[in-house]
Amino acid sequence: MNMGNDWMDAAHSTGTSIMAAEFDGGVVIGADSRTTTGAYIANRVTDKLTKVTDHIYCCRSGSAADTQAIADIVSYHLNFHGMELGEEPPVEVGAAVFKELCYNYRDSLMAGILVAGWDKLKGGQIYSIPIGGMCVRQNVSIGGSGSSYVYGYVDANFKPKMSKEDCVKFVTNTLALAMSRDGSSGGVVRLGIITEKGIERRVILGTDLPKFYED
Amino acid sequence: MFDPTSNPPPFWQNGPAPGAFYNFPNTKSGPSDEFQHSQAPITTATSIVAIKYATGVIIAGDLLGSYGSLARYRNCPRVLQVNENIILGAGGDYGDFQYIKNFIEQKIVQEECLDDGFKLKPKSLYCWLTRVMYSCRSKFDPLWNNLVIGGIQDGEPFLGTVDKLGTAFTDKIICTGYGAHIAVPLLREAMEKNPNMSKDEAKALVEKSMEVLFYRDARSFPKYQVAIIDQNEGSVIEGPLVVKQNWSLAHMISGYN
Amino acid sequence: MSSIGTGYDLSASQFSPDGRVFQVEYAMKAVENSGTIIGLKAKDGVILAAEKLILSKLHETGTNRRIFNIDTHIGMAVSGLIADARQIVEIARKEAAAYRTKYGTKIPVKFLNDRVSMYIHAYTLYSAIRPYGCSVILSSFDNDEPEMYTIDPSGVSFGFHGCATGKAKQSAKTEIEKLKLGNYTCKELVKEAAKIIYTVHDELKDKNFELELSWVCKDSKGVHEKVPDSVYSDAEKAAKQAMEADSESDTEDM
Repeated sequence: MNMGNDWMDAAHSTGTSIMAAEFDGGVVIGADSRTTTGAYIANRVTDKLTKVTDHIYCCRSGSAADTQAIADIVSYHLNFHGMELGEEPPVEVGAAVFKELCYNYRDSLMAGILVAGWDKLKGGQIYSIPIGGMCVRQNVSIGGSGSSYVYGYVDANFKPKMSKEDCVKFVTNTLALAMSRDGSSGGVVRLGIITEKGIERRVILGTDLPKFYED
Repeated sequence: MFDPTSNPPPFWQNGPAPGAFYNFPNTKSGPSDEFQHSQAPITTATSIVAIKYATGVIIAGDLLGSYGSLARYRNCPRVLQVNENIILGAGGDYGDFQYIKNFIEQKIVQEECLDDGFKLKPKSLYCWLTRVMYSCRSKFDPLWNNLVIGGIQDGEPFLGTVDKLGTAFTDKIICTGYGAHIAVPLLREAMEKNPNMSKDEAKALVEKSMEVLFYRDARSFPKYQVAIIDQNEGSVIEGPLVVKQNWSLAHMISGYN
Repeated sequence: MSSIGTGYDLSASQFSPDGRVFQVEYAMKAVENSGTIIGLKAKDGVILAAEKLILSKLHETGTNRRIFNIDTHIGMAVSGLIADARQIVEIARKEAAAYRTKYGTKIPVKFLNDRVSMYIHAYTLYSAIRPYGCSVILSSFDNDEPEMYTIDPSGVSFGFHGCATGKAKQSAKTEIEKLKLGNYTCKELVKEAAKIIYTVHDELKDKNFELELSWVCKDSKGVHEKVPDSVYSDAEKAAKQAMEADSESDTEDM
């Protein structure tokens, strides 16, 4: 590979920082906005928070092509299933459909996905589906290349049943820290707050991100 | 893909194809497509520790799902009650374990639907899993797990294991992964001294093994579950239990000479 | 209902001039020849009960069941041609299993009902096949919610608080309507279910029958199962006593 021109043959991938955290009444999801092709930033304002149904979203990391394809397929399945069922499918079911694809095609996919949402049975939920296609529910979950740098911060600062704004602050801080240390993450922080009422989207521009020690 | 919910094809028609003693005629055998299966475990679980005692079986496994060396998922249960006479523990790829768990659960549901009073027995599940694991490895697409099956059959405790290649054996003591190196010698010594262990003695022994494994296995975690099945008391899953640790040794060490 | 088909009743794929499909109506007749089954919804679960008619003195008790498990949380009682019904049971089980593998959770009975109804309905559309000669009742208790549906040979299905099909469906429905269904717990309702089956059983035409009882409720932890032996014998005793009391009062009247 030609080191100077790695963008010529590298795949678009969301070398990423993504995150989701439960709070009292729902979940906050968040992601950076950088898509890279090698070291080249192919898109600096990407939206990695993808709608699946009105109350289920996913945060995508890994190959952009793979995760978009998966999200589209799952979205089709869940919406169809929602029509058959006459109500929105539970988050758990959404996660199972993602898992089924990620597991069955684990040898050909590069996808690490967080499925998050709200349903009337179990409230706010987060399911983590990493590369091998396993699926586990977590109260707080991080993913993507940037996440490695902030496990400590998450463990130290996450509290179950935070208020909404505390949770938003926590997610923003975590992502800002991850983005500042991970070369493949950056740009703006995109947030989604999913509750019974649906989603509320927010964007925190690169210039408005919280600042931490930077020497 | 191997479908555990459907019946196996007829046992004998024109003989097995090479390398496929389970997938017989009318099904493709061996590497059936051009696709290169070169999978490796991703999210992994470490050792399983299991022993038979006088009237039952204990299987223990910690709750960690490792992602490489990252202790990523700290609540990954991997010991199960399959039905009232079988318990199961698994190490290796957690995605594959969930797949196996799902189809075993489906098998049990099917059986309960029949409601004919018959229950799957540990030796049957053990034997069947042997075929599942071997069948998958013969397609060059192994399920990357160590499975440990325990239970009570005909009033006797049973303990057996199958690995990703389909290699299987039964024993009084079965430990997988690091446990095979570290816990087995401990357990053997204790069992030689006390061949007819009570449940409480066996539990204490497993507890000790989990402690030592926590000290020496870098992919272990101090929270674990144990599944116990007993002739008289039935089966339970206990936990999460916490490894009792003792680091007082550290005070005696200073410098490296 | 039944009239002579005058040539329009030979195939399920043909309407009669007044817009009926006689083959389907005949299938419903087949259901009316079989033992009565009822379903009752309580506050905390659903009861299914069946009157299994015994045609031979050599019949072995407990065999040839009329109430089946579909999944852990779903039961099905069947009336009509038993062999037809078993096929419905099989496809319902397959549907439930497929849902589990695809969606990772237990199938909602509403969804299963839709699927089984569609399947039964498909058998009313073609000339080469015969509609199913059976009606089924589906029961479930999931997420603390009791639910019950019946499907008839036309593929039509309804949700009910209490329902009956088979021989004595009319008198069974009358009996069920007397109950204040919303007030009962499953434990109490089992006895009522047994009483109804005993009451509507026609001793003159059908000599022997076996009572089958199942429930899916809070007490059974959301699992559909035969009611425990003790509950069964209590219910049967209560039903027999009620019958005796009834017949005594009858004789007094005379």
